[in-house]
Amino acid sequence: MNIPEELHYTREHEWILVEDDTGTVGVTDHAQKELGDVVFVELPQRGEEIGAGEPFGSIESVKAVSEIYSPVSGQILETNSALQETPDKINSDPYGDGWIVRLRLIDRSEIKGLLSAQDYEHYLKEELAK
Amino acid sequence: MSRTTTVFNINEELIFEKSASGKMAYSLPPLDVEDDTIEALLEPSLVRGEIEGFPEVSELDLIRHYVRLSTWNYHIDLGMYPLGSCTMKYNPKLNEKVARLGDLSGVHPLQEETLSQGNLELMFQLQVFLQELTGMDAVSLQPAAGAQGELTGLLMIRAYHVHQGKPRKYVLIADSAHGTNPASATLAGYDVISIPSNPGGTIDTSLLAERMSEDVACLMLTNPNTLGIFEVEIEKVAEIVHGRGGFIYMDGANFNALMGYARPGDMGIDVLHLNLHKTFSTPHGGGGPGSGPVACRQILAPYLPVPRVVRTGAGYSLEESPGSSIGRVHGFYGNFGMFVRALCYILSCGRTGLREISETAVLNSNYIRARLKNHYALAYHSPSLHEVVFSDKKQASNQIRTLDIAKRLIEHGFHPPTIYFPLIVRGALMIEPTESEGKAELDSFIDAMIAIAREARESPELLINAPITTKRTRVDETRAARQPILRWSPPAEAPPDEST
Amino acid sequence: MRYLSLTAEEKLQMLDAIGIRRVEDLFAVIPPAVRLKEALKIPEAWAESTVLDYFKSLGKRNASSERHGYFLGAGAYNHFIPSVVDAVISRSEFYTAYTPYQPEISQGTLQAIFEYQTLICQLTGMDVANASLYDGASALAEAVLMAQRITGRSRALVPPSLHPNYRQVLATYLANLDFPLDELRLEPSGRLDLNYLESALDDRHAAVVVQNPNFFGVIEDLKAVSAIAQRHSVLTIATVTEAISLALLQPAGQLGIDIVAGEGQSFGIPFNYGGPYLGLFATRNQYLRQIPGRLVGQTVDTRGRRSFVLTLSTREQHIKRERATSNICTNQGLCALTASVYLCALGKSGLRQLAEHNVKKAHYLKNLLKDYVVFSGPIFNEMVLTCDEHPRKINRRLFGEGIVGGLPLGKYYPERSHQMLICVTEQNSRAQIKRFAELFKAVEVAK
Repeated sequence: MNIPEELHYTREHEWILVEDDTGTVGVTDHAQKELGDVVFVELPQRGEEIGAGEPFGSIESVKAVSEIYSPVSGQILETNSALQETPDKINSDPYGDGWIVRLRLIDRSEIKGLLSAQDYEHYLKEELAK
Repeated sequence: MSRTTTVFNINEELIFEKSASGKMAYSLPPLDVEDDTIEALLEPSLVRGEIEGFPEVSELDLIRHYVRLSTWNYHIDLGMYPLGSCTMKYNPKLNEKVARLGDLSGVHPLQEETLSQGNLELMFQLQVFLQELTGMDAVSLQPAAGAQGELTGLLMIRAYHVHQGKPRKYVLIADSAHGTNPASATLAGYDVISIPSNPGGTIDTSLLAERMSEDVACLMLTNPNTLGIFEVEIEKVAEIVHGRGGFIYMDGANFNALMGYARPGDMGIDVLHLNLHKTFSTPHGGGGPGSGPVACRQILAPYLPVPRVVRTGAGYSLEESPGSSIGRVHGFYGNFGMFVRALCYILSCGRTGLREISETAVLNSNYIRARLKNHYALAYHSPSLHEVVFSDKKQASNQIRTLDIAKRLIEHGFHPPTIYFPLIVRGALMIEPTESEGKAELDSFIDAMIAIAREARESPELLINAPITTKRTRVDETRAARQPILRWSPPAEAPPDEST
Repeated sequence: MRYLSLTAEEKLQMLDAIGIRRVEDLFAVIPPAVRLKEALKIPEAWAESTVLDYFKSLGKRNASSERHGYFLGAGAYNHFIPSVVDAVISRSEFYTAYTPYQPEISQGTLQAIFEYQTLICQLTGMDVANASLYDGASALAEAVLMAQRITGRSRALVPPSLHPNYRQVLATYLANLDFPLDELRLEPSGRLDLNYLESALDDRHAAVVVQNPNFFGVIEDLKAVSAIAQRHSVLTIATVTEAISLALLQPAGQLGIDIVAGEGQSFGIPFNYGGPYLGLFATRNQYLRQIPGRLVGQTVDTRGRRSFVLTLSTREQHIKRERATSNICTNQGLCALTASVYLCALGKSGLRQLAEHNVKKAHYLKNLLKDYVVFSGPIFNEMVLTCDEHPRKINRRLFGEGIVGGLPLGKYYPERSHQMLICVTEQNSRAQIKRFAELFKAVEVAK
C-alpha cells in the first residue's frame, strides 16, 4: 500500500502536505482504487473558506460520487485545474499530479488531530478487516 | 454463417448516416389554400434555414433501420426479465389494442367535458378500483411516474402541516429506499434523515422512535421494502410516527406483493403512490412512459392535485377549484394512455385473478430463493415476499463480482437481475421473477444461476469476459463519461471515429 | 387466468422445494391485524371480448379526432400520424424492454435515444438534449430549477402568454423552495413587452421564461428577449407547445437561448386525453452537468466498436439521492421513439413543408376572420378570436356539424371571456376552414 511518510491523513481518505502555512490536499491511493476510474472532479472557487471536516468538492467515477472533505480549516489558494481535462491523474498519480487544492491554513494546531502515515495504515487495515 | 446470424449481427448505421438528399417516408396532401410564400406571411428574420444534417430516408429504409435496432434489445416477450423492484411482468396485448382505440386516444384534453364523458368515466372507474385495492379514501391519477407521485404526496403532507400553521423540516427515509425518495424530499423542501435498517432488514423501531420528533413531517417507507421483506412492525412504526403528528408515505413500487392480501390503508399508511407500469402491467417502453397515481386517507384528500375527476348528477366532470390543493403536477391529467391499460388489466384479471397474481409472484420468488440459497449468499434471512436479494459474497473469494455474474447471465439467455441495489447490500443481486413466469422458465433461470456459480469457481474467465456473444461486448463507460459524445455530428466536425 | 402459467401440480412441487404446504404460509409475515379479511370490491374477471366491448362503448361517449374535425390546440395538436410510427412502436422489442441499464442487450433502445437526442439538438439548435422528461409543463419546471442551480438565484420572470397549465405546474414545483415568480406584460401585438421586461429584470433573477409561439399563438422576438436577459446574466428559457414550429422558426440556439423545455406531442403522439406526452429538454454544453434526466452517450466496446450507453448518471437520483439534479427516474422512452420515427419519416423537407402548410392554412382562416383577430403579431398555426356571443355557444354550433371548436379563454383570463383560442393544422381542409368561418360568423348574423 502506497502511504507516503511525510503526509498527514484523514479517516475519509484525504491527505495533506503542510509547507509553512500552506497545505496541499488530495485523496489517497486507497481512495482512488475504491472509486475506480475518476471521470469528473468538482472543484471549489478560489478564495472560498472551508472549515475542517467540511466538504469542498466531489470526485465522480462512472457510478459513484464521493465528497472531498478538508482535513483542516483554510482558504482556497489554488485548485488543480488540470483535473478538469484529465481527471484520471487522480488514478495515476494521487499524491503528485492528482493533487486537488492548495489552501492557506488558518489554525496550524489542527494538524495534530490528523493521522500519521502509520496511523492511517493501521486504520486501513482495520477497515478492510471489517 | 447463416443468413439469420448475418442479419442479426449486422452493423446498423445511425439514421443520419443512411440519409440521402431527396428521400422521404411521408406524403403530405397537396396544399388546398392560397400558396403564398412564407416570406409573404412571416418576417424573414423569424424563419430558419434548412435543418443541417436532418435525416432523409425512404419508408423501407426507416422500417429496416428500426426493425434492426429492435433485434438488439432484450425484452419481456423474448424471455424472463427478473429486475428486482421493477416488476417486469407480461404486458397483455389486449391492453395495447384498447389503448389504441381512436375514440379513446383521439380525445383532446381541453375539449368540453360533455364531449369527453367516456374518458372521464374511465378515469373515475380506475380511481375507484385503486381506492379499493389500497384501502384509501381518495386517488389522483395525475402524477406521470413514481417519482412524481412521491413529490405529489410529500407536497400534500407539507401543505397539510403549513395549513396547521407549523410546517415541519425533516423527512425520515429508510436506508434501503429507492434514490427517488430522498431526491423527491429535497425537491419538496425537506431535509432528509436516514434511518438504518435493523439486522432483520426492516426499519429499526427504536432508532425511529429516537429520530421521530415534532419537526419530522413524515416517514417514507417501501412495503414490502426493497429487500422484499414485509415491515413486520408496521403497526408500531405507525404508532410512533402518528404519535408525533407525522405521516407515513409509502412507496408503492412493490405493491405487486400485496394485492388481495393486505391494504396500505389498513396498516396506517397515510399516502402512497402506485406504479401502473409495475403492478398494473403497463409497458416500460424502454424507460417510460410510466404512471404514478397517488392514493391517500381523507385527512390529506383536500390537498390532492387538481383537476379532480368527480361524479356529478349527470355524469363526470373535472373539478378545478383549487381550495387547499397543491395545484397541478402535470400539463393535463396524467398519462391517460396508461390509465386505459391499467383499467383493462384490472377488469381482465378480476378480484380473484389479482389475488392470484400476488400469490404467484410471491411463490415464484420464494421458489427461486429456496433453490438458490445454497449457491449464493442471502443478504437477509428474514422471510421475503415478491423479490429476494442475494450478494456476491460467496463468489468474491474467486475475484468474481456481481457485475460479472450479471453479464454471464446474459449469455445464458436471461436479462440480469437488478444489481448493486439496495445500497445497504454489498454486491446486491435483486431478483423479482413476477407472477408471469411459469415453472419451466423459472427452472431454466435457476439452472443458469447455478451453472454460473460453478463457472465462477471453475472457469472465472467466462464470467470476467462476458458477454461475448452479444451485439456488443462490455462497453467503456469511463470513456463515455470523460469525453461525452451525446449527439451525432456531421463527419466534417465529428471527432475521430474509432468504430470498426 | 390467462396471464398466469403455473399448474396446480407445479405449485405443489414448488411448495415442496420451499418446504411449506400452502401458498398462504408465505404471507404469514403480514401481521394478522393488517391482513385483508374480505374479498376486494372489484368484479370477477371479464372475458377479453367483454373488456373490448366495454372500452368501445366508453369511446362512443367521446368526441374524438377519429370522427370529428378539430380547431382546438392550446398545448395538444391534431397532426396526421404516418402508419410507420405505430408499426415501429408496436414492436414489443421496444415497448416491453426496460430502461437500457445493460448496454450489451439494449443497443436498440440506446441507439434510438442517441438519435432522438441528435434530432432534438438539430431542431432546437442547442448543443445537448436529454432522453426526455414527462411533459412540456414539468420540463419547464425542471428548466427553472436548473437555472437556479446554475445562477444560484431563486426568482424568475414569467409572461401572461405562458400556457396557464404550465404556469400552474411551475408554481407547484416551486411552492416550497422560496422562489417567487414575477409577472411580465404583453404588448397589444400579443408579444412580450420588452420595455417592461427591461425594467422588471434585475440580477436577483435566475431566468426569464418565454413561450414561442406563445399561448396566444403569437411568435416572439426571442433574440431581443435573450439580449436583455444576458445584460443581467439572467438565463433565457424558451418553451414550446407546438413543436412543429421548430421546423420553420429560427432555432433557439441561434437566438441566445440557454434552455429549451417544451412539449413534443406534435411529433406523432395522439391527443391521448393529455398524456403520455413528451417533455423536450435541450441546453448548452456548458450546463451539461446540471441537466435533469437520462443521457445516452457514444463510446466503444472492448473490441473498439461504436456503442451507446447511459452516461453521466452521477447527476441522477439513484446515485446522488438527495443531492441529485432532479428526482426524475422514468423518462418517456417510447414517446421519444415515437417522435424519432415521426421526424425521420417526414425528414428534412417533409417537416418543413408540413410546417409551412400549417402556417398557410392558419393564415387562410386569419384572412377569412380578420375582423375578429385579437393580436396583430405574427402567428404560426394558432390565433385568438374575439366573439360577441359566448364562445361556448359558437362551439355548440360548430359541434352540430362535427367540428370541435376553440378554447374559450375566460376560464384562464377572466378579462378574455369573449375570446377563444383556435388552431388550424394540415388536418383541416379548405372546405372545413371555410365552414368554420361561416359558422363562427353565422352566430353573429343570427343575433
